Amino acid sequence: MSENKYNASILFKDGTVISAKSNIKKTIIGELVFNTSMTGYQEILTDPSYYGQIVIMTYPLIGNYGICDDFIESNNVRVLGYIIKEALSDKSELSNYLIKNNVFCISDIDTRMLTKKVRICGSINCLITTDEINSKHREMLDYYTFPKDTVSKVSRKIKEHIKGNGKKIAVIDLGVKKSIIKQLINLGLDITIFPYNIKASVVKEFDYVLFSNGPGDPMDNGEVIKCARELMGKIPLFGICLGHQILALAGGAATYKLKFGHRGGNHPVINTVTNKVIVTSQNHGYAVHADTFAPYSKITYINLNDNTVEGFENKKLMLKAVQFHPEAGPGPNDANSIFKDWFKI
Amino acid sequence: MPINTNLKKVMVIGSGPIVIGQAAEFDYAGVQAVRALREENIEVVLVNSNPATIMTDTDVADKVYIEPLVSDFIEKIIAKERPQGLLATLGGQTGLNLAIELHDKGILEKYNVKLLGTSIDTIKKAEDRESFKKLMLEIGEPIPSSTIVSSIKEGIMFANEANYPLVVRPAFTLGGTGGGFAHNEEELKEILYQGLNLSPIHQVLLEKSVAGWKEIEYEVIRDANDTCITVCNMENFDPVGIHTGDSIVVAPSQTISDKEYHMLRSASLRIIRALKIEGGCNVQLALNPKTSEYVVIEVNPRVSRSSALASKAAGYPIAKVTTKIAIGFNLHEIKNQVTGKTVAAFEPVLDYVVVKIPKWAFDKFPYADRNLTTQMKATGEVMAIDRTFESALLKALICLEGQKQGLRKKSFDKMSADELIYKMKHPDDKRIYAIASAIRKKISIDKIHEVTKIDKWFLGKIKNIIDTEKRLVVEKFSSELLYDAEAMGFTDDEICMLSNQSAEIVDTVRRAHNMYPVYKMVDTCAGEFESSTPYYYSTYEKEDENIISKKEKVIVIGSGPVRIGQGIEFDYSCVHAIKAIKENGLESIIINNNPETVSTDFDISDKLYFEPLYLEDVYNVVRKEMPKGVIVQFGGQTALNLAPKLLKKGVQILGTSVESINVAEDRKRFEMLLSELQIKQPKGVAVTNLKEALEAANNIGYPVLLRPSYVTGGRAMKVVYNDKELSAYIEEAVSISPEYPVSVDEYIEGREFEIDAVCDGSDILIPGIMEHIERTGIHSGDSFCVYPSLSLSKDTINKVIEYSKKISKALQVKGLMNIQFISKKDDVYVIEVNPRASRTVPILSKVTGIPMIKIALNLLLGESLKEQGIKLGLHENKNIVAVKAPVFSFQKLKGVDAAICAEMKSTGEVLGIDTIYEKALIKAFMAANVPFNENKSVYVSIKDMDKNEGLECINKFIKAGFKIVASEKTGEHLTSNGIKCRIIPKYDNEALCKSIIEGDVGFIINTPNKGGNKETAGFKIRTAAVRYNIPLFTCLDTANAYIKAFNYYKKNKELDIKTVNEYSNSTLKS
Repeated sequence: MSENKYNASILFKDGTVISAKSNIKKTIIGELVFNTSMTGYQEILTDPSYYGQIVIMTYPLIGNYGICDDFIESNNVRVLGYIIKEALSDKSELSNYLIKNNVFCISDIDTRMLTKKVRICGSINCLITTDEINSKHREMLDYYTFPKDTVSKVSRKIKEHIKGNGKKIAVIDLGVKKSIIKQLINLGLDITIFPYNIKASVVKEFDYVLFSNGPGDPMDNGEVIKCARELMGKIPLFGICLGHQILALAGGAATYKLKFGHRGGNHPVINTVTNKVIVTSQNHGYAVHADTFAPYSKITYINLNDNTVEGFENKKLMLKAVQFHPEAGPGPNDANSIFKDWFKI
Repeated sequence: MPINTNLKKVMVIGSGPIVIGQAAEFDYAGVQAVRALREENIEVVLVNSNPATIMTDTDVADKVYIEPLVSDFIEKIIAKERPQGLLATLGGQTGLNLAIELHDKGILEKYNVKLLGTSIDTIKKAEDRESFKKLMLEIGEPIPSSTIVSSIKEGIMFANEANYPLVVRPAFTLGGTGGGFAHNEEELKEILYQGLNLSPIHQVLLEKSVAGWKEIEYEVIRDANDTCITVCNMENFDPVGIHTGDSIVVAPSQTISDKEYHMLRSASLRIIRALKIEGGCNVQLALNPKTSEYVVIEVNPRVSRSSALASKAAGYPIAKVTTKIAIGFNLHEIKNQVTGKTVAAFEPVLDYVVVKIPKWAFDKFPYADRNLTTQMKATGEVMAIDRTFESALLKALICLEGQKQGLRKKSFDKMSADELIYKMKHPDDKRIYAIASAIRKKISIDKIHEVTKIDKWFLGKIKNIIDTEKRLVVEKFSSELLYDAEAMGFTDDEICMLSNQSAEIVDTVRRAHNMYPVYKMVDTCAGEFESSTPYYYSTYEKEDENIISKKEKVIVIGSGPVRIGQGIEFDYSCVHAIKAIKENGLESIIINNNPETVSTDFDISDKLYFEPLYLEDVYNVVRKEMPKGVIVQFGGQTALNLAPKLLKKGVQILGTSVESINVAEDRKRFEMLLSELQIKQPKGVAVTNLKEALEAANNIGYPVLLRPSYVTGGRAMKVVYNDKELSAYIEEAVSISPEYPVSVDEYIEGREFEIDAVCDGSDILIPGIMEHIERTGIHSGDSFCVYPSLSLSKDTINKVIEYSKKISKALQVKGLMNIQFISKKDDVYVIEVNPRASRTVPILSKVTGIPMIKIALNLLLGESLKEQGIKLGLHENKNIVAVKAPVFSFQKLKGVDAAICAEMKSTGEVLGIDTIYEKALIKAFMAANVPFNENKSVYVSIKDMDKNEGLECINKFIKAGFKIVASEKTGEHLTSNGIKCRIIPKYDNEALCKSIIEGDVGFIINTPNKGGNKETAGFKIRTAAVRYNIPLFTCLDTANAYIKAFNYYKKNKELDIKTVNEYSNSTLKS
């Protein structure tokens, strides 16, 4: 039978308290978001872009097919809290995995109701605890703001080289997913992965520079934006997700926070040239303002759900970026070919 | 606007009669298609031979033709209507095959008709095994090692190389007809024989079996701009080896990882792109659970049963989108109807789990081969939605059986572990119960997995259900326990039974803790966007999303899964009831659980509840909605059976009172009523044990008709001729008890006919009388039937009107009523009154132009017939003759006797309409796929009782130019009467088969002695007819009707086609 032993409460700023169960004793505070993927729970748990966030899985049955090293997107579980409808059986691999990684897993809750709350209120902060809710908790929540240094928490400290026979690519690790690296390896590129805070001069001899995905508000990454700005127009720069936002900011565009973000594996984006629609994997809470792009920039992809920008290029500045995740992990592989297009071989 | 602005008129082809493998889902698809076309101001010409469908309603399409789905007829319609486009990918395999034929014969080209959507080239590529295989190899998609054979010899050669087990799949057949698994040469020979014969191109695919792998399906859509999406994926609970139509299916997939999910999704997209399909398509794949290796099993380049299921499971109207693509739209140009905000180019996400379970006809055919293989046997299906798998599964099981127990079946309780393992290893329709019993017997999940190859996740979930069963038995009853059990999907009745509590206690705890389900919306997006689809399912959770309007409401109870005896006709009635409720300005609500139907399309009613048609599920909806009333008379026996229980709970039933329903259904009370009204009826009594039965039969005098009480479709009805047959029937076929008595009735051989009427308690409207072509003793669902009646005298007709009036008044019938009569000489007997919509309502409504359901509905809402200005009494015929022919699916039901009798066996029906009886008859035969071939021989084998009458019939065939081949006994009889014939010795079935294969014997007339016994020569003869797909007449009346049609056809080969409106040209106010 399903076992989540501890009583847990979710506290919102508006004073609402929802009771649930949890796997371990803990108190967390963070931003509440939802993901609509029906598979790929381990990929989501290990995706560095979720750093500091509490993720609701809208699909009610999680953990069905166990866990596997092949599914991880980074070496740690990155989500702060994990909310699922149905408690995991204590024999399940995922249950053990979460406990082993000290991940706070909340269950026995109407996740659809919670999802709708996020949809209506936007990505809101909440506090979850196995203690009795008290005034201290309320105070903590009142004063909580999402940390501004999340990229530094998930980026590597030392560079890593993966030898390949192809051209040389520098990957700026803002919280890079393993699936992105796998795609680059498949293309035979000679890959060097750098920490987020390197100087532009370090990578100026590379054939390509790729700014990866990562957590948080893109505008909190002044150093990285500066680096990108220095490289612009000199070597081809590429961006995925946070990397897309960084390149847009570097080029002078503005970003804004979406009401509740895009997180899931079913987002339709249309290619503005071919009018062909691809279904993409997405995980972002911020977007780029369509009308703030630098001259000569061209919007390449648009989200069909809310018409937000999903990709752009600027030939003059040698920028190409997408907001969605062409590497999937989890999600559809429709956009895999983008890597081939970018790094023509 | 569609890009293709040249399209002003489009022809849509339906799928014809309901057969196993092709059921109500194509009515659903067709109706969506027609609506999608008319939205774009395109004129629609619809052709279908099946009168029980919504799509053949005169107000669905602009022009409706109920004509045979035969290329000659379609050509005539094309010549008359001159459509610019043809949409054939929504008419199932029938539609697809017709499109190919029309193309190959040059008809499309001749009339400049464009085939819309997927091209002929693509259809052929996907359907022809060899070219499909070639294409898969080209694009690097793995397929099981296989070969195409067109002879048994080639097959054996391949088997010697590839080794057994092998799967046999004939090309171009419905639901895998004629296919199966071969474990050795002997089996291979047999299956190949059948498969090669059934395939219209005499081709079969032989392939290495991947039995035991996971079976995963994707519903894929592609537009002309090459955008592809998958609407939904589905996982078969039963691994490869059981046809997906016979498998329990879950949506979305549960046990495969994200990597596997998308590997298979990408493969499906590559395939649909390589095939250049424009519209919906179904891809079936097998996944090796150990290695993640996969193979492509099959592609259906059209809308299918699976796509209907996916549409309902995901809230995505595949047929509609397919149609829009066919007329030139791209996916991103089509609106997502559900959210109203997004577009059709997206992939739905579910935040619930859907379980589909097939509905089989085996309870009607206890002697049929129940084993599940690659050949589909189910007649219909049910679907349940919930937020846990356990509850979705239990709900679906309740939908299926309509009884209180989900996973508990008494017959399995006593089985030993070995027996259970055997049952699990040799899957039949009851395997799920064997699994549950095995878990109760503590057989390990590992062992069950080893035997069944069913994923352990599923088995673990079943174990959760069994664990809760145990808790109910051993734990002290508490509100927590009750909540857990309710949330897991147990019914109140089962909870009472297991926990040994009274219904009152359970109800009190429920009330005290306000423990009722909430309703969640199916919204295609897991709550990400605001939606307003009125499509709900119940679950035990916090938030209720159900918005209850202040409008006055009426709830219609649907008819559940399609099964023999309760088919698509009842969905027709429900849909019309919904329309009429809306027209009256009230809110229409439907509760149903059949994913194939029009009634469960989420934009038909104002509100759709996808729920079991079980008392508490229905009551919970009523409790919530507080409707003006509930209507049970349109949903067949399923809905009617709920009436007394709902009434007891204080629910207002609109229409005929429950008391009157009981009188009509209770043998004794009905008998008393008829004798009070001085209406004749066959003598009869209800008996509760064998001794009484024998006594009764001898008092009445043989032959007698036996029938159990409260049944649908005359299940297990039988005419018996002596004590021995009677004893055998009582002992083997039915359960008999004071609670379930069996009726023993006098069998009167005469003409049988029926009326459908609309009554308001004082007045009656009888649109028409339908007369059966076969004599009494044949179930009305299986007999040919003609409107108007041909042989009834004025006097008889007057009696029919008088009796109908008397009965309707006495029972105070409000709404629809069906009465079945027998006439013998001047006597008229009443044999049955059904105070509900019947199978013939759609036919009579269409041929007479009288909207029966609408009139009935208005009347239920308070407007009498007179107030509606309806002409009362029997309406006169308007120069139209309609013949209904039954259609059977015996090829799918091994072991079922193909002889027609008092027990219904047909799965569907067709209608032939014309102005002359013979012409209508010809059309009916043609539509039922009975050819008019000359120069064939007829094989005859006639029972002793019929020998003289048979002689007359055979002479007619000889006169018409047929040669006669006869069985030994019949042959002797014929010879002694001076008729020349070739005799085939008794039990020399091979000689008969040979004559059939060689094309000599074209059809068979065989009247059975008693039927049902597989060992008799007669049974084998009938089986041969089924196996080689040649017409079989088991009643001389049908054979006489055929020869009448044949003689007429020989002289007048040119038949006209007309729309239903042109034939009926109704003048009635509607």
